[in-house]
Amino acid sequence: MEALRNKARELLAAGTVKVVIGYERGSAGAARAVFVRDAARAGSLIFDETCRQNLAVYLMKPEVRRLGKAALVAAPAALRTVLQLAAENQVQDGGLLLLAPENGGVAVLAELSAVEARVAAQDPEPGREEREELARYEAMTLEQRRDFWQEQFARCSKCYACRAACPLCYCARCTVECNQPQWIPVPAHDLGNLEWNVMRAMHLAGRCIDCGDCSRACPAGIPLHLLNRKLIAVVRGSFAFRAGRAAKSDNALSTFRPDDPEDFIR
Amino acid sequence: MSERDILQPLPMRIEKVTAETPDVRTLRLAFADEAQGKAFAFRAGQFGEYSVFGEGECTFCIASPPTRRGYIECTFRQAGRVTRALADLETGETIGFRGPFGNVFPIDDWRGKSLLFIAGGIALPPMRSVIWNVLDLRDRYRDITIVYGVRTVADLVYKDELAGWGKRPDVRLVTTVDPGGETPDWTGETGFVPAVLDKLAPSSRDAVAVVCGPPVMIKFTFPVLARLGFAPENVFTTLENRMKCGVGKCGRCNTGKYYVCKDGPVFTFAQLKGMPQEY
Amino acid sequence: MDNELRSIDHEGLGTLFSRWRAGGRRILAPRRENEKTDFAEVQAPGEACLDPVQTAQSAKSAVFPRVEELFAYRRRDGLVELRERDLADLPATVLFGVRPCDAAALAGLAAILNWDTADRLFSARREKLAVVAVSCTRSDERCFCTSVGGGPGARTGSDLLLTDLGGGGYLVETVSDRGRALLAGAEDLLRPAAGREKDKESRLARVEKRFDPERVRAALQSLFDDEVFWTEQSLRCLGCGACAYVCPTCACFDIQDEDGRRLRCWDSCGHALFTLHTSGHNPRPLQSQRWRQRLMHKFSYMPERQEALGCVGCGRCSRACPVDMDILEHLLAVAEAKP
Repeated sequence: MEALRNKARELLAAGTVKVVIGYERGSAGAARAVFVRDAARAGSLIFDETCRQNLAVYLMKPEVRRLGKAALVAAPAALRTVLQLAAENQVQDGGLLLLAPENGGVAVLAELSAVEARVAAQDPEPGREEREELARYEAMTLEQRRDFWQEQFARCSKCYACRAACPLCYCARCTVECNQPQWIPVPAHDLGNLEWNVMRAMHLAGRCIDCGDCSRACPAGIPLHLLNRKLIAVVRGSFAFRAGRAAKSDNALSTFRPDDPEDFIR
Repeated sequence: MSERDILQPLPMRIEKVTAETPDVRTLRLAFADEAQGKAFAFRAGQFGEYSVFGEGECTFCIASPPTRRGYIECTFRQAGRVTRALADLETGETIGFRGPFGNVFPIDDWRGKSLLFIAGGIALPPMRSVIWNVLDLRDRYRDITIVYGVRTVADLVYKDELAGWGKRPDVRLVTTVDPGGETPDWTGETGFVPAVLDKLAPSSRDAVAVVCGPPVMIKFTFPVLARLGFAPENVFTTLENRMKCGVGKCGRCNTGKYYVCKDGPVFTFAQLKGMPQEY
Repeated sequence: MDNELRSIDHEGLGTLFSRWRAGGRRILAPRRENEKTDFAEVQAPGEACLDPVQTAQSAKSAVFPRVEELFAYRRRDGLVELRERDLADLPATVLFGVRPCDAAALAGLAAILNWDTADRLFSARREKLAVVAVSCTRSDERCFCTSVGGGPGARTGSDLLLTDLGGGGYLVETVSDRGRALLAGAEDLLRPAAGREKDKESRLARVEKRFDPERVRAALQSLFDDEVFWTEQSLRCLGCGACAYVCPTCACFDIQDEDGRRLRCWDSCGHALFTLHTSGHNPRPLQSQRWRQRLMHKFSYMPERQEALGCVGCGRCSRACPVDMDILEHLLAVAEAKP
């Protein structure tokens, strides 16, 4: 952690960045985001297993963007997020510094190619618990899944914490905020909840980098990550594509090539 | 009125549709239930929530004066979902109405005073109610001056009424269009409202002013009024804020400790000074 | 109300539940589901989970549901038929296991929804609701009821107040006529509290008073224009609606027309487009302004206009917030800020 703090001090003192977006100790022992602009305050930065929030969500927040060039303390999910944001032209190469804590030190990634290399090197496959959870989900029949999600979404109140926590949900005007026409009903009834959550998962298909912040943010404890994880598996299987691995990539669901298979069209 | 739900509209029939400009309409409305129509009363400044069932509700000031009974009028520009739906409706069709809501222009306090009305663009409708109200009670007031400015000649609303006001010896009407907005046969002024007002230099002695218009117009008009000697407590305006319930419950129009739907829409500039600019 | 303290054992409580249900009431109580505890319909006290200090979401849906019909409409040949909402089908409800802060919150909701004119739907539901609160024997660092006029054993807003005696039994205080009606005919299940049972105070959690709401209110007014303060406080806020939705006193709502019904549903002043005009103008375009609105509304505007605080110190917003916007921490910062 000291290496991280020192690096932050150095970057701020030299004016290389205007803000270090990292984690500090919050209330009840949890970690939370901090925006260090003064080198003297870099001592508040921490990095440990409590630091789970995907801080890349702040890269798209206007109030944070206007603080100036940023260095982001990046856990692996944040690195993947930055690559996916770059692929969507939201982050410029060289416009951001990533501080990846490692082995008592900190790697400074100034270019997206360095981020790509690091993600490729880490590239963890889902752990045993994750694989088992997905396997249990995939073992459900479509009817069982329907019943499962109906029960889960009955608790949704359309607070949009899932959307707010997701770094890839950055639309200035979300589809649910369009009323001409009202594509997705606003109220938290069964149809509205189903359409919202399924639509959001669909808008993330091929883009979600599996940080799990949506589920952590949900005040009703709905396991939203399951939907996204399943779609990640589908996209991987159908398109051999994984989001958040390359700074330049096409969107899996909106890219068309003339030689795409068409045998499923009957 | 019986104990009815404040969120439930009353049905109203569209009696007349007037196209003021290509995208601005005036609707004349009458209660479907005559008894409700007879019992209905309002005062100038108040607004209503107008429903197109299936689309939603829209907030407009009641644009007709309380001195005319049997109907109310509203004027709106097509801007969003509900106004577009309203613009599609024809005479004889039914909409919903909730109201009257909000506070009023204190026209009783204005007795014996001179009145200066300044409106810009689509903001003449909120003032039309109070203008007609005072014109219908003309001998209670001294000088009445109306300054109305729009971008181009085509944007003038209530063209026939403007012509009528212009002909009245007991009203001074000045209409203006923005530079470049005039047509060859335009006989009114050319220039922005604050500049025209400056030139006109109406007296502030025993006078009150009512100013409604786009924020930029108000911003530049108020200093002119101040220079002319109008104190902030004698300058009135109407605020608009996004509304849903219109009765101080849903929280949407909350501005500082005020609710535009309950404490407004009529405010003095003195009040605005003490209010955060969250409108 | 009732000078005599009585107690009831677990079996007696179970019988009481059956009698309430037999009398046509549904019972809502905290129930554990998916690692969260929230209010749901229960049949017996054994289904209720009173272990956590607080439920994740509030019980406000009992009187202010997430979505409810205001009225129905039918358009035909240019005419419209309106059908008023029938209030008779609203269920009589016993809200069991709310904390004293939640019981007090009902008054906060009423202060908003019945301000100036009565809200028919809310009032009808409130009329049919009986509140059986349970005192707090534990609290956590997010609780601050005592700073806002409440307390772990406070009776405001309840009809009956129970205090855990251990072993499944409860001390029973009858707080209101409605509470007395709930116990009508239940003399066989109750007995006078004996000896140590009467000592309610020593069982209650200790919740230290952390701030004076009057001081917070004055500080908020003088801090209003301090953009730096509000920006610093809200930089990590994501503008989700979690705080408003789990809050027992938040009542901002939206109105939507769908499929022949006009519906009212929850909304939050924290959402970016809450105040957006059709013209595209947004009076509160920054999160700092929206965060400020939350605190101002609850601790300054409501006390001034509705003469009620908009917060009962339940701490749910702090627990639910994905980015640790701990409201107590922020209020202390406000109280101690030098404008």
